Order: sequence, then C-alpha cells, then structure tokens
Amino acid sequence: MGKGKRVSKEKLIDMYRNMARIRFFEERAVELFLQGQLPGFLHSSIGQEAVAVGACSALRDDDYMISTHRGHGDIIAKGARVDGMMAELFAKKTGYCKGKGGSMHIADLDLGILGATGIVGSGPPIANGAALACQLRGTDQVCLCFFGDGATNTGSFHEALNLAAVWDLPVIFVCQNNLYAESTPQASHQKIPDISIRAKSYGIPGLVVDGNDVVAVYEIVDRAVERARRGGGPSLIECKTYRFLGHYVGDPGTAYRKKEEVEQWREKDPLLVHRKRLLTMGMAADEDLEKIDGGIQREIEEAVAFGQSSPDPQPEEALEDVYVNGYIP
Amino acid sequence: MREITYREALREGLQEEMRRDERVFLLGEDIAEFGGTYKVTEGLLAEFGPERVRNTPISETAIVGAALGAALLGMRPVAELMYIDFSAVAMDQIVNQIAKIRYMFGGKAKASLVIRTQGGAGRSSGPHHAQSLETWFCHTPGLMVAMPSTPYDVKGLIKSSIRSDNPVIFIEHKLLYNEKGPVPEEEYLVPIGKADIKREGGDVTLVATSRMVLRALKAAEALAEDGIEAEVLDPRSLVPLDEDAILQSVKKTGRLVIIHEAVKRGGYGAEIQAVVSEKAFDYLDAPIKRVAAANTPVPFAPTLENFVIPDERDIIKGVKELFG
Repeated sequence: MGKGKRVSKEKLIDMYRNMARIRFFEERAVELFLQGQLPGFLHSSIGQEAVAVGACSALRDDDYMISTHRGHGDIIAKGARVDGMMAELFAKKTGYCKGKGGSMHIADLDLGILGATGIVGSGPPIANGAALACQLRGTDQVCLCFFGDGATNTGSFHEALNLAAVWDLPVIFVCQNNLYAESTPQASHQKIPDISIRAKSYGIPGLVVDGNDVVAVYEIVDRAVERARRGGGPSLIECKTYRFLGHYVGDPGTAYRKKEEVEQWREKDPLLVHRKRLLTMGMAADEDLEKIDGGIQREIEEAVAFGQSSPDPQPEEALEDVYVNGYIP
Repeated sequence: MREITYREALREGLQEEMRRDERVFLLGEDIAEFGGTYKVTEGLLAEFGPERVRNTPISETAIVGAALGAALLGMRPVAELMYIDFSAVAMDQIVNQIAKIRYMFGGKAKASLVIRTQGGAGRSSGPHHAQSLETWFCHTPGLMVAMPSTPYDVKGLIKSSIRSDNPVIFIEHKLLYNEKGPVPEEEYLVPIGKADIKREGGDVTLVATSRMVLRALKAAEALAEDGIEAEVLDPRSLVPLDEDAILQSVKKTGRLVIIHEAVKRGGYGAEIQAVVSEKAFDYLDAPIKRVAAANTPVPFAPTLENFVIPDERDIIKGVKELFG
C-alpha cells in the first residue's frame, strides 16, 4: 500500500473528495435509474474509485484522458461538472452531450476529457492520436487511457500498444482490471493472471498495483506520467480492483460471482481504505470527512435537481451536429 | 494547360496542403521511404521528414484511431489505408468513433481528418484487393465520401477534404493513378458535394463514379455514333450528393443510367435511383437503369473479373434498353 508520505495533505484530501464525489454520484444515479427516471442503461463504477482518482491525480489540467463505457468515475476524476453529467443521464438538452450521447459518451474537450466509448477496446488507438498530437507539437502533455480487463483481448488494444511503443508516444495505458469482462471471469478470458505482462511483448514497462489504494495508484501512474513527459514513451499499468455492482444496473452480479467474493472486496472498499489512512495519519478527523461528504452530497443533489428541471431537447435537434457547418444530410 | 497524372495531381494536392498548414501530416503503411504501394506519397518524406510522413505498423485500427485522436486535438491527419478492403479491419474506428464522435459529444468535437484509400478491380488483384466498398461509408451518417475520377478533381478534392472540418473517406482507384489530364499550375479547390458534367448530352443521363466515368465517356462516344447523345455526370462525392445536378440533368434528358463498379445489390446506384424516383419521377420517359458489378466477390482470373465488372458494352447495352 502506498503510504502517502510523498503526497501533500491537500492532495490526499482532494483524492478523498473526488472519490466521494464519484461514489455519491454513482449511488444517486443507480437510485434514479431504478426509479425509472433515467432512460437507457447504466454501468456503475462503484468500487473502482481509487483507480479513477489515483490515476487522474497524476495528470495536469492540460493533459488528456479517454475513458470507457463505465466512465462516470474517470470523468469526474478529470474534473467534469456533475450537473452536466447528471443532465446527460437525464437525457436533457443541458447535458454534456445535449442528450445525444448518454452515460457512455460524456466528453469535455476543454478539460482534456476526450470522451468515453461504448465499444470495448476502442479507446487506446484514439489515445495514441492525442499523444501523437502532443508529441508533434513538442509539448510535454500526455494522454491517459482507461480500459478494462476485457479490452485487453481485443486486437485494438494490441495494435495500439505496439504503435505507442514504436513511436514512444506519451500515453499511459491504465487497465481497470475488475476481474470480470461483463460476466466472464478473468481466468476464463485469458491465461495470464497479470495483464501487465502483456507490456513486455511491446517493449514497454508493465506494472501492477493495488487498484483499491488511491495513493498507490497515484504514485505508480505519476512515475509513468513523468516518464512519458520526458519522452520515455508509454507504460501499461494494471490496477487490480473490483466493481461492487453488476455489469449494468439491473444485473445483480450474482450469477457469476460468489457472495463471499463480493463481501471480501467490499472490505477493501477504496473509500474506507483511504479514509482510514487519513484518520491514522492524522490528516483529517471524522468530522472533517463528514463535512466533505455532506458538501458533496449537496453538490450531487443540486446536480440531480438541475437534471430534473432541465428541458428535453427539441426533437428536430436530432438532426444537428452530424456534420460541422450545419450540413444536414 | 499542362497534363499530369492522377497520381501526380494527388501528390501535389497533399504537398500543397502540407506546405500551407503544418497541422497536416500523413500516416500509413509503407508511405515514407517506399512512397506508398501506388507511389502517391513518393518524395514527400524528403520534403517533410519522418514526423509528418509517418510509416506505421500494419495496424489499420491503430492508424485510423491515431488519426482520430490527433484530429480531436486540432491536427489534420491524412491516414492512408493501402486498400479499401483493409478498411474492414478498422471499421470500429471509422463507423463507431470517427463518424459519431461529433454527434455523440453534442457537437463539441471535430474529426477533421481524411482517410485516403483506393479500391476497384481491373488488375487481377483478387477478392481482398479489388473491392468497391464506398456504400459502407455512405450508409454511415457523419462521414463524407469523395470519389474523384480525374487528375483535376483528385487534386482539388484532396485539398478541400484536408481543409474540411468533417471526416472524409477519400476513395481513389488503382487504375486511375496513371491517367493523365489537364491540371492548372495555379491553386484551385474542388468543393465536396458538387457534381461535374463530364460530357453534355440531351438524350440520356449517365451518372458514373470513379473509373466508371472513363468507361461511361467512351460509351457515350459510341452511342453518339448511333445518334444517342449521353450526358455523363460524375457526382465526385457521394456524401454530400449533389442531388440538384442529377435531378437537373434527368429533367433535361428524361432517362437515367447509373454506373458503378460496386456490386449492384444495395450499391449507391440504388440510392441515386431512389432520389430520382422520389423527386423527378414525372420527368422520366423510361425506367431507371443500373449498370453495376455482379453480386459476387471480385474474382482473380481476368476473364472472370472482366465478366463481373461493367465495361463500355454493358453501359451501351443498358442505355439502348431504355430506347427500346
């Protein structure tokens, strides 16, 4: 476990705040979904907050990030506004994507959030392009790309790692290994226990970290980011973690996971792990953290109210934004 | 006016845009020292260097994805897919990502990139190197599709495509690269979405794409000897389609034959036929005819390949059927 000695108190508290923001956002979204208030479907990242926050804490505001179908946490961690996200979940005009993308496609290019994709494994090739643009411009920006264990069996992942390696691209591939590709356990979808070893065949570093320890994730990603900034090329970081809920809201996740396994992982709840650390290190008292929780809960409720009260898009708006310059086919 | 080949005109277009805008760069398989399988990018490495003329591994998904990522940051990449057949490997990036990224992000992103590729039969390239797959891309909202047939058009259109904020699938034809035609020395653009009448005529409209424009023109000469004056219209881009130009020509001639090298079933000819049926039915003096490839893969043997791909005789036969 990362001890957090190198990390400032302010940063440690920020990490807690961001993890709490993700947790409360996700919990509220699940609730709203089950009440039938949100259309479509939702992939909850509850349990994986330390990966999102730890990794994004190693980025600067002007760095880039690409997420996945289970992306709410990653996007919040990179700074997205929760009201715009919630409004998008409500399919409202004020949502991040004006109701055209939904839960799986939230992007904020100004914040370096290059979106999220509904196709497993499709992010890494795009991350390479963003990193290439940084390299060509001679900036020291990087692009961080999240994906799950399932994605590492796609050709897209392998093509992307290889290209990033041969071009020494400033990209950090962060695998959120939650041990299941939808319902398929890792042992049934790949022969290797550690995905990080796949880095070896591309001649880049591959590292494993406890994905439920936000500081450990931060420290390892931070080193990879610094390496990439210096022109050292890409890294693959595997964060071992777990999603507490099913693949999507409505999947209880019980058909393919044992109750004991879920309970064991819940004991390693990344928020509890970090909370305990802050208390033990004397960085915060219970009431400080409760105050943070309360503030975040209010923020999320405001986001929900914003989403609920926002207007639906006008039907004809479906025809806009297909092309630049207003061409409507 | 000087005459240069389609290949040279295309290369000039790339070169001019790379000189004009440092955000433009090329990436693809064997495009640098080797100059590309069809030598379109020959010499560009020497002028622009390996940063901007980038050889890639054989990884179509990674090539196209990298183009998209760079475009999202404001670059203007031109990715080359050596054969349009290989686009099948990169279809997720093209169809699910590039085409939709602007829309699904609520209009905030621009996929300002070009995918250059080439298709078509006629060289015994066989089932994996000779297809005409333009319809796949036309069927995907968010993409623009250009298919120039002449040196003049290929240069003007590649320049417009690179400057476009929309993603353009730019489809060349392997048997057009050596074709010569007039190309001005001074700069010009051909707008995407504007058709061109390659030959005027009052009796029948031949809408043809890519290499089939050349065959339609030859057929038109032969038809003229029989007293049929054919108008040959090249849409030059399929998305956007210059419907007005097609409708205007059909309203003048009253007859329409659509010629393409892609297989007939579900080909773009069906779309053009439907547009004309919907919007100019009353002007038609005869049923609309499609002359297109047989609904088969492209075979290897020259006799088989020639059989499935339309030629002048097929076009002439198709036209004459309308004159009973």
